[in-house]
Order: sequence, then structure tokens, then C-alpha cells
Amino acid sequence: MSLLRVENLSKSFGGVAAVADLSFTIDPGAIYSIIGPNGAGKTTVINLISGIFRPSSGRIFFEDQDVTGLPPYELARRGLSRIFQNLQVFANMTALENVMVGHHLHCDRRFLPALLRLPHIVRGDAACRVFAAELMASVGLGDYVHAEASMLPYGALKRLEIARALATRPKMLLLDEPAAGLNPAETDAIDGLIKGIAEGGVTVLLVEHDMRLVMGISDRILVLDHGRWLASGTAPQIRRNPEVVAAYLGGEARER
Amino acid sequence: MTTLWTPRRGGLIALAAVIAVLPLFLQNAFHYDVAILIGLNAIVCVGLNLLIGYAGQISLGHAGFFALGAYASAILTGDHDWPPLAALLGGALAVGLLSFVIARPILKLKGHYLAMGTLGMGIIISIVLNQEVELTGGPDGMPVPSFVLFGWEPAGELTWYALVGGLLLATVWLALNLIDSPVGRALRAVHGSETAAEVMGIDTTRYKVQVFVVSAVLASLSGSLFAHYSGFISPAEGEFFRSIELVTMVVLGGMASTFGAVVGAAILTVVPQLLAAFHDYEMLLFGAVLMGMMIFLRKGLVPSLAQLLRERRK
Repeated sequence: MSLLRVENLSKSFGGVAAVADLSFTIDPGAIYSIIGPNGAGKTTVINLISGIFRPSSGRIFFEDQDVTGLPPYELARRGLSRIFQNLQVFANMTALENVMVGHHLHCDRRFLPALLRLPHIVRGDAACRVFAAELMASVGLGDYVHAEASMLPYGALKRLEIARALATRPKMLLLDEPAAGLNPAETDAIDGLIKGIAEGGVTVLLVEHDMRLVMGISDRILVLDHGRWLASGTAPQIRRNPEVVAAYLGGEARER
Repeated sequence: MTTLWTPRRGGLIALAAVIAVLPLFLQNAFHYDVAILIGLNAIVCVGLNLLIGYAGQISLGHAGFFALGAYASAILTGDHDWPPLAALLGGALAVGLLSFVIARPILKLKGHYLAMGTLGMGIIISIVLNQEVELTGGPDGMPVPSFVLFGWEPAGELTWYALVGGLLLATVWLALNLIDSPVGRALRAVHGSETAAEVMGIDTTRYKVQVFVVSAVLASLSGSLFAHYSGFISPAEGEFFRSIELVTMVVLGGMASTFGAVVGAAILTVVPQLLAAFHDYEMLLFGAVLMGMMIFLRKGLVPSLAQLLRERRK
């Protein structure tokens, strides 16, 4: 059984096709990467799968259930979470509270018990706080537990987004350029973090520009060009694929 | 055991102490009158702050809900002989339903559009109160029978003061509870990033509607009490300027600070009374306060002071 199945997915913005007739499946437990030149439609694919955009046509199945067009909060309930390329941290909260929001679905979310602050709300919040702090420590953010989210350095914000997404206890995590803007040392650390997430049983869909990172950790790679399927396979297969080299790596080489 | 002196508990105790001690300094009926008005405004502001300060959704029409509550009480007790408590709850229920129906379409709007939408809503309420002369007495207003609770009538300023003070304390307690819970974090997340909140499993529309209804109901309850307390109401209670006044109180005291909302309501209720001689310039004052706060102290008084204290301690 595949965890995620995308069939003939298309999305156009005012006549411009950002994604066209794209199909692929992701098996549970895999690290699946999508690469492609700038403007290839990678982030659009992430936005379609996570429910930020509605597809123009095509269908998306999560655990063999049709989830096409469901809002993000419904998808989160089914076990899909993501991080954002342009950070979407809750800057009006502490780092810890950001992660606690990620755990929202596993808390008592009813209005009246909250209003009356019933004992189980207090207990639940205390447990949530401990859980969030442990999760932060596990992604290397132990020093920032009590910091305001807006005071965190860029690399830490990236990790905070990952911790927040993991707090939803996802089955699948969409990582949109987790290494963008990081220095080589930070990128290596993110590499280890992603491997750890996959080893923990969370399927990873990775969109990333850093080729070394992608080639090193991906079980399968999908190459997009102008919103279309160009190739897919394992890292060695992709590296040898002449079309990929021509459209993508070759293009870059020529520029140099 | 958890610590006894948390900021929230400390704040509640401090507020209770102020409410308890304040009568020692109130020397005449006028002083009590101002204190009671502070309480009534503060109840509205605490609710409005949940909407504006925490959830990040502006409303320029909340005086409309205040006026609807006031008129519901006036009409139901005066013309239909309802017991005041039933009228107060009936008004709150009606305003709750109305705000629930309005909330879904209006809260789809963002930023300036939401401001415009709620502004229009407030103006419509104000026009209806002015025009439905048969029902509301039109621009002349209408008298309101006194408040009777199971045969007990709060007569005299001190009784009203205690009633409003107790209700304010309860409102603040409920608001603090709400904020310090998964629901409260969800509201603040909506403020921080609606997209990210949705991805975390938060049905943002539902939470926005909930908090809009809560703030509208609090305004309605306060309006009902105001009607009985003052004994006479007019459409002026629901005017646009009143809505602006309420927002200014929230902004001055401090967005996303429940105690800030109380402080803002207190200051901006007292100051116009002190400057009664300059009544014509009241709007000017509110405008200047709003501008000044936006330029110099965007966080508002209470959060800025709290920050200052924290930095001192370090």
C-alpha cells in the first residue's frame, strides 16, 4: 500500500501551468525527494498536497483515501504535516508555545472546559509543555525552550518549524527546502535530523536545492521540469539520466 | 505543588484587591458612577481584546453589540414585562446568534477589509436603532426599568459597583483561563500565521467565529447592565465613535493583555470625565491617543511596562 498517491495532478495560475499531469506514489517509510530547476513547480506540488492550493484537476490519495481539496486542518488530522520554505513561525509566541500549538490535535480543544479551566485542562497543558520541551531538545533546540520565537536565529527557526510539525505526530512530513539559507555545517546537521525523522517511522517528502543533501539521503527522487514529470528513480539512476543532466545539471554547468 | 504566585494568579488577586479597596477612595456618587462605567467598559474590552489582541481580528462595530444588548433589555423589560435577568440572557442569546450568523462571511475578510466589514455592520445596527422608532423610540432613546434580581434590586452606587466589579473579575478570570489553554494558543496561532495554524490542525474559521461570538456576547451583557444602571438609553450607545472608543481602550492598555484591556478602559473612561470642560475635544483626544500609541508604544501600556520590569530584573 502506498502512503501517498498523486494522479494526473495539474494546477494552473491564470493560464500558466505550474504543475501539469503529474503522477507519483510514495511508499511508507521512504525519504522521497522532488528536485528541479527554479520555477519547476516543486513548492506548488507541496502546496497542493498539503491543501494550501486546490488542484485544477487530478486527485490525491492519502492512505488510499481521496483527500483532494481537503483543507489543511483536515489533512493534519489524517497525519500530514509540513514546514514552510518562507518561514511561518508564530512570532507572537514563545518557541515552546509554537511547538505546543503543533500538539493541538492531541489536546482537549473544547471551549467550555478551557473557559472554566477544569483540572484536566491544567494537567493536559502541563503534559503538553513537557512533550514540547522534549521534542525541542530532540531536534537540538534545547537552549531555546523559553525564548520568544521572534528572537531565534534563522537556523533555529528552521528547526522550530520541524519540531512544530513533528508535534502533530504526522505519518508524513513535507519538508520544503529545510536547508535553504543554512551554512554547510548547519546543512549537515539537518541531514542527520531528516534521517532521524525517517528512522522514527515518519515518511518524508523533501523539496531541496542542495544536491549533496538530496543525493545522500533520498530513497527515491522525482525530477520536475516546467511542472512536468521528467524522471524518477534512485539517486544513482537520476545522476546518470541524460535528460536530467541536460535539463537541470547541464543547464547549471553551462552557466558556469 | 505548583507555585502559588503565578503572574495570572497575582494579576487576579491584584485586580480583586483594587476593586475591593477602591470604594475607600470614592467620595461621592459621581466617583462611583465613573467607577461603574469603567467596569462596564472593561467587560467589553476584555472580550474585544480576545478578538483583536489575541486572535488578531479587528472589529470596528462592537458598540453595535453593546447597544443591541442594551435595547434588548430595555424593550423586553419595559414593553414586554420580562424579568430583567431573562431579558439580559435573552439579549445575549440573540446577539450570540446574530454574531454567529454574521461571523462566517465577515471573518473571511482580512485586514482593512475586515475593518470595513465590521464598520458597516456597526453602522447598520446604529441605523436600525435610529429608524425603528416604534420599537426603540428612535433618536430620542427610551427609558429602562430598574434591574430586579429575584425580588432584589441593586439600589445605590455601592451595590451596582459590587455587582459590576464582581462581573468584571469573573470575566477577567474566564478570559485568562481561555488564553491559557489549547483554545487560547489556537487563537494566538491564528494571529501569528493563519496558514501555519491550519497546517497544525486548527480549523481557523471555527476559532475566529467562536471568539467573535464570545466578544459580542460580553458586549451585549455589559450593554444590558448599562441600560438598567443608567435607566435611559439612546442610539448614541451604538454609534461608530463608541466602537472606536472601545478599540482605543484595547490598544492603549495593550493588545493581547487581558489586564491591559482593563487598564485601557479605566484610563479612557476617567480622562474624558476629568476633561469634561473640553467635551468638544473628546474625539480629538481619542484620535491623538490612537496615533500616539501606534507611533511610540505599539504594544500598549501594560505589555510595555511588563517588558520594562523583566529587563530591569535581568
